[in-house]
Amino acid sequence: MCLAIPGKVLEEFNQRGMRMAKVQFGGIVREASLDYTPEAKVGDYVLVHVGFAISTVDAEEAARTYQLLEEMDQLTELEAPVVDEISARKPQ
Amino acid sequence: MKYIDEYRNGRLAKTIVEEIRRIQTQPWVIMEVCGGQTHSIVKHGLDRMLPEGIELVHGPGCPVCVTPLDMIDKAHAIAARPGVIFCSFGDMLRVPGSHGDLFTLKSQGADIRVVYSPLDCLKIATANSDKQVVFFAIGFETTAPANAMLVHRAKQEGVKNVSVLVSHSLVPPAITYILQSPQNRVQGFLGPGHVCAIMGYREYEPVSERYKVPVVITGFEPLDLLQGTLMVVRQLEAGKHLTENQYSRILDREGNVGARKLVNTVFEVADRRWRGIGWIPKSGYKLRWEYRDHDAEKIFEVKEIDTQEPAICISGQILKGIKKPHDCPAFGTICTPLTPLGATMVSAEGACAAYYAYGRHLDKQRAEAAMAHAPVT
Repeated sequence: MCLAIPGKVLEEFNQRGMRMAKVQFGGIVREASLDYTPEAKVGDYVLVHVGFAISTVDAEEAARTYQLLEEMDQLTELEAPVVDEISARKPQ
Repeated sequence: MKYIDEYRNGRLAKTIVEEIRRIQTQPWVIMEVCGGQTHSIVKHGLDRMLPEGIELVHGPGCPVCVTPLDMIDKAHAIAARPGVIFCSFGDMLRVPGSHGDLFTLKSQGADIRVVYSPLDCLKIATANSDKQVVFFAIGFETTAPANAMLVHRAKQEGVKNVSVLVSHSLVPPAITYILQSPQNRVQGFLGPGHVCAIMGYREYEPVSERYKVPVVITGFEPLDLLQGTLMVVRQLEAGKHLTENQYSRILDREGNVGARKLVNTVFEVADRRWRGIGWIPKSGYKLRWEYRDHDAEKIFEVKEIDTQEPAICISGQILKGIKKPHDCPAFGTICTPLTPLGATMVSAEGACAAYYAYGRHLDKQRAEAAMAHAPVT
């Protein structure tokens, strides 16, 4: 569960005063906080753990690690439901 | 071993294994700390590639596994209350407590939600201001900055209906505990890569020094794990005991300073119980007093719950590297991932669950069948 998944920062946005990003993991795009990686910018690759970028990585490292995690079936956390303003009101 | 041949760097892997074989003069027992490393080792058959005499034992670094039964029962008790939305990482839902798992409770009508990030709880709390949103904040140091941020933001934004049930574990006190055991067999460690991406590795240096054991902070890929093993064996053969960093492409000695700072703002170190092991001094986090309004244990006043683990389960000895899954009579027979008896089987990252997932319970059954049919001499 301590695994961090590499993804590409597609765009930045501000949410409740926090620096957030849309991060692409293979075919999935999820939000992640950039609060702990102030150096990360659009186009960079970051290691994301439970919705937080914890480190920046280079593109080659990101691609290799992603492929390996996929082979090991270790990407299931990305499939957790997306919580937005509408879904937040309803039980899953 | 068939897995490693499929890996494109199979040749490099074999070179590292050959180097270990070349320098090794005696048997060594090495523990990989992290559950993700255990999973990778078993999946790729790395332990079986290594020369005879280099034994990998599997450490306590699976946070789902070591979350104590009484915390799971507390989660169950809180989640069952009316007016509560209980949020958790998906891995925790199938872990059985004394009265079933959270998934079953959800199917019975409790509002239990799987979240991707702790921050999702802020959105859920804002959209449901008449409900109490409780997050099951489990994990090791890697997850602590995310959980700390939820609590910090909730306080800062005045979102009063968010609280956390904290069950946080720390790696250095656990490996110290293992080294202090009179039964200890571990002579070197592959340290946890992503834990150290947050914490750095300064705190492992006194452990190496005091207990005279090499600690090599290691990644999760097959080549990382083999290279980490080589670095540990080199130190052992040379009589050295240093903390080294194999995973330098991801982390340095300081870790993520910003993340560590917020963790220390929100949490303080506390004694903590580990499933399968028991209490380990100063081995976890609790919320600081300033954040008590977001502490689910204070808000819900759940009584201490008396729990009992099955006597047959040897997960405590497995987590300390004293035994292996196939040493247990229950492994793969009455204890399986669908019917787990203890810590090391409840999550896919537990040593028993990893052995089971990659068919090692069948090795045991085959060996027993062969014994039964062996001619009596």
